[in-house]
Amino acid sequence: VRAHRLHTGSAEPTYSCYDGLYPGHIQTTSFQKVLLTVGSGVAALQDPYRHDMVAVLGETTGHLALLNLRDRMRNDPEGYTILTERPRIRLSTLDLELMASLPDGSFGREYLRFLEDNKVTPDSRAEVKFVDNEELAYIMLRYREVHDLLHTLLGMPTNMLGEVAVKWFEAAQTGLPMCALGAVLGPLRLNSSRLESLFTSLGPWALQNGRRARCVLCIFYERRWEQSLEDLRQELNIEPPPVILRASNKRNT
Amino acid sequence: MAASLRLLVRRLARLSHRSITSAAANVSWRSGCCLGPSSSRCLSDAAEDRSTHFGFETVSEAEKAKRVYKVFENVAQKYDIMNDAMSLGVHRLWKDILLHAMHPQPGARLLDVAGGTGDISFRFLDYVNYQQERQKRRATGSSQSLSWQDISDKYPEEDRPQESRAVVCDINKEMLKVGKQRADSMGIISGVSWVVGDAEELPFDDDQFDIYTIAFGIRNVTHINQALLEAFRVLKPGGRFMCLEFSKVTNPVLASLYDAYSFQVIPVLGEVIAGDWKSYQYLVESIRKFPDQEEFKGMIEDAGFCCVQYFNFTGGVVALHSGFKL
Repeated sequence: VRAHRLHTGSAEPTYSCYDGLYPGHIQTTSFQKVLLTVGSGVAALQDPYRHDMVAVLGETTGHLALLNLRDRMRNDPEGYTILTERPRIRLSTLDLELMASLPDGSFGREYLRFLEDNKVTPDSRAEVKFVDNEELAYIMLRYREVHDLLHTLLGMPTNMLGEVAVKWFEAAQTGLPMCALGAVLGPLRLNSSRLESLFTSLGPWALQNGRRARCVLCIFYERRWEQSLEDLRQELNIEPPPVILRASNKRNT
Repeated sequence: MAASLRLLVRRLARLSHRSITSAAANVSWRSGCCLGPSSSRCLSDAAEDRSTHFGFETVSEAEKAKRVYKVFENVAQKYDIMNDAMSLGVHRLWKDILLHAMHPQPGARLLDVAGGTGDISFRFLDYVNYQQERQKRRATGSSQSLSWQDISDKYPEEDRPQESRAVVCDINKEMLKVGKQRADSMGIISGVSWVVGDAEELPFDDDQFDIYTIAFGIRNVTHINQALLEAFRVLKPGGRFMCLEFSKVTNPVLASLYDAYSFQVIPVLGEVIAGDWKSYQYLVESIRKFPDQEEFKGMIEDAGFCCVQYFNFTGGVVALHSGFKL
């Protein structure tokens, strides 16, 4: 049950009296974090479409990786701007008309196309609950919101193969244990032809690019909609995908 | 409107005959001067001024009802699974013991308040059907030595079974929906009705039911005294009030284990199974805010019930309170 998970920036008035470092924060003891890790891991394995469990697993296991990401962001001028300005990617903040009017090949137009083709929305990301530091919680949230943009940058659709490819890239880039787990377990659900494609071309490409690319969280995407996609890829040091994947068969296991 | 006025007048009359305890004094008697078209407005203003507890938080009374509704709306789909997970299946034993203590006979009318997903009502129907089968078997058994003609004359009439009925009343439509789905999947087509209603203001006439049960629901009611008074009203004279609720554990070792389990494990289970930490945090906190066995017994007696008793299960984790309207 994912109930109504809002990830608004403002505090939900009902829970403002709870002692939390940020709206939606739930204080947990180490024992509870361990239980959550085990429980969410089992739940996510049983039902991979329980994105909230994947999110919780990421939060309980990602502390060191988040610290590392924060350092990288602080050392990068654009990343530092993001940490201070705290932009959010949501339908309410995106100017969809403007983006639709941009030329083909521009980052904004391609992102919009990605959202339409795969029938996803940037508002479907779970809020952060179990990270016990306000800045790290923002970085986690930013990572989730940038995920869709990564799909666009890498040219990967949201089917299983595309998701696994993006996970390999993210695992190499961020070092989040949840990404590594998804990267290892995701392929178990692929059929043999896709597995072959993954191991021979997509996988190595994703890993290599993940390692050599600039930190994807350090880009202020909201100010780069007009930039051409190719240009942005070059700036980030990402090669275009070796295989063009279609978005037509969504959620294919 | 008329119903709430009647309620008010009756309550005033009853309370003038009995000593008012500190709990009952919370109800604002200044509304005595507000009888008339403005009485409902008077009462609702009063509700916003007064505060109560929502778990460990303090909220206005009007807000509590809304938030409790939201909690159960969120957890309805996973309610039964969560009960099994949290209590490791023991809640089924507690409910079975309630039925055995109740020992309903065929023809009884049960009102299951806060009955939500129907656990008590389904058990009630099973129990009375079983009792009915036993009675039939005994009746046919006693006619074994008669002639065939006499036996066929004495066969219990199949077309007039004693009709036992359970009414499940809950304020939350989502919980009732889940209950109805369960009834359908269990193949129960008659004997249960599903009614949306507030325990503090039941949509039934006086003296209607033989048994009133409220299992794990009364601690979520904003004005427990009002719910008890309503229970008294709708029961027939001789009717029985039964309440199953989480209560105080007296043994200190068990109490600390229980607390640790409640606060450490249950919200995690809520997050993993139902995707809702906060609702289960509320549930374990609301248990701590509920009065203990003796205090609750006093509240039941104040509502007019006699022969009030309580039985502790699992060391006091759950208590069954029972009283009669005489």
